[in-house]
Amino acid sequence: MAVYERGYKPFTGALTREWSRFLIIPRYAYRDVFKSKLFIAFFAICFIPLLVEAILIYLHHNVNALAILKVNVRALIPIDASFFQTFVNIQTVFAFFITLLIGPPLVSRDLRNNALPLYLCRPFSRAEYVLGKMSVLIILLSAITWIPQLLLFFFQAYLEGSGWIMSNFWIGNAIVIGSLVWIILLALLSQAVSAILKWRVVASAALLGIFFVPTVFGEVVNQIFLTRWGSIISLGALIKSVSAGLFGTFVRSSAEVVEFQNGVARQVVLQEPPLWCSWAALFLICVICLAILSRRVKAYEVVK
Amino acid sequence: MVAELAQEQEATPQALTLAPVISLENLSVSFGGRPILKNLQAQLRGRAIGLLGPNGAGKTTLIHTLLGFHPPSAGTAHIFGRDIATDANQIKALIGYMPERDSFIAKMSAVHFVRLMAELSGLPSDVALERAHEALFYVGLGEARYRKLDTYSLGMKQLAKLAQAVVHGPRLLFLDEPTNGLDPPARLRMIRLIKEIRDSGHANIVLSSHLLRDVEESCEEILILKDGNIAVYCNLEEERKANRKFLVLETRGDQAKFATALAALGCECAFTTDHRMKIVLQGETEIRDLYRVAAEHQVQIRRLTYKRDSLEDIFLKAMENGDGGL
Repeated sequence: MAVYERGYKPFTGALTREWSRFLIIPRYAYRDVFKSKLFIAFFAICFIPLLVEAILIYLHHNVNALAILKVNVRALIPIDASFFQTFVNIQTVFAFFITLLIGPPLVSRDLRNNALPLYLCRPFSRAEYVLGKMSVLIILLSAITWIPQLLLFFFQAYLEGSGWIMSNFWIGNAIVIGSLVWIILLALLSQAVSAILKWRVVASAALLGIFFVPTVFGEVVNQIFLTRWGSIISLGALIKSVSAGLFGTFVRSSAEVVEFQNGVARQVVLQEPPLWCSWAALFLICVICLAILSRRVKAYEVVK
Repeated sequence: MVAELAQEQEATPQALTLAPVISLENLSVSFGGRPILKNLQAQLRGRAIGLLGPNGAGKTTLIHTLLGFHPPSAGTAHIFGRDIATDANQIKALIGYMPERDSFIAKMSAVHFVRLMAELSGLPSDVALERAHEALFYVGLGEARYRKLDTYSLGMKQLAKLAQAVVHGPRLLFLDEPTNGLDPPARLRMIRLIKEIRDSGHANIVLSSHLLRDVEESCEEILILKDGNIAVYCNLEEERKANRKFLVLETRGDQAKFATALAALGCECAFTTDHRMKIVLQGETEIRDLYRVAAEHQVQIRRLTYKRDSLEDIFLKAMENGDGGL
């Protein structure tokens, strides 16, 4: 059918499957995102720690290399849960900055240009729209977090021998779950902020504020009241706790401080909030984000 | 399901006029307890249906409800026999919507925008690209299809909105104020496109507008809303013909005597020019009575025409007769 045959005609071919249509959104979004050379450069930088991680794993199992370097890498950096946890935590920082770059305009641009009726007048639900927008971040962040981490985990298992993977399978789970919790939180938060604030710069600043302001406030609370419960409002601390819980490095008694009361020094052991509290707080944040999205992502807003 | 919908897309032009396109069954919509649409009941069958009404009458709310944007507070509606509450996705696969307000996706060229919309409607990627080009050529944006939508003029944006509404070849098109903000040539082009789509027989059109001329030029049926109620639903041509009481006569002879005699029959007369007069027939008076009186007074009736109601007459009458005020 050529373009010169101008006339109105219905489409008679087979339609695509409904469940797969949400993936159209990330496909179009990436076309826009990867137009920026700055973003491509930053995205490439995100893989540097993974390269370092791969080199360390390789060195661990290469006797010749160890002999040349004359460094006992095995003793210096053991490859265990803490090793993977450290690199997962590094990647989460990169994930946060990528979210800052591409998350804020995803929904706000559509809201500003009244594009939602165009999406929602088609066989495409609000849930699919949110899922589509979230998957822009989920796919991209997965590519720099749990997918390469898991490949490196299998690389380590391959070099170490067959017994290692069976006894350390839980580390693989921790990598996937820990990364996904962070990615979903980032995706939901950025979409919720984007749905409220229509201007990209403001939305980016708000997203940054959501992560840093409660952290500072929580730390102030911790210092004044000699507690660790202030961390419950810090997203960074929550994720750190959850990640530590998954990698088996979570310790409740985090610090000891000396308190002076009536001139008498007293040692106080500070207790981190229990792990379930961190999970519950993260869950609550996700529910709030979904509620905001449910309220804001509508074809038309009814003005009362 | 997909195959079933694809088959429905192939519906013959004849089928479009037989079954009701939209059935409103006591449809009510309220926002915050305030009723916007009140128990609407109608069977809309026309190829092109004009949705008219003063501002705030509920035109856009009706379209939005049919599109599934607002849930009905009572009653329901069927589009092509499918319930808007339970079969929303199936219905949406069959319709195209051109919103009233500026709606587009920023930083996208027209062809990418229309292709994205086609893909979201379920068209495979390669077909969507082909049809996006076709749709843009069809609406007259062929030469500008690689330009960013942000750089389009208002008229071009309206055409791009029409292109995204027709790209997947829907069976029913909702056009909400399609000529808003268009200059006269652009308006004529838009009306021509609407007529073409209507006459293709492949799609029914619901055209919401407050511009009576647009509706009069492109629609066969009209639904006039007033205060959330249906004030009039009729076939425009039949309604125009129905008013056979208002006549325009061209006569030769003594008009004054003729007018006096007609007044005795109870008719109202008014002279427009020397040989022309307007008559409103009253009660049982019929045309043959006019000829009889004319013969008695030796007046020749050279021409007798019924004054057809314009859409404006029908609209104004609906506004006067309806429940609420303007």
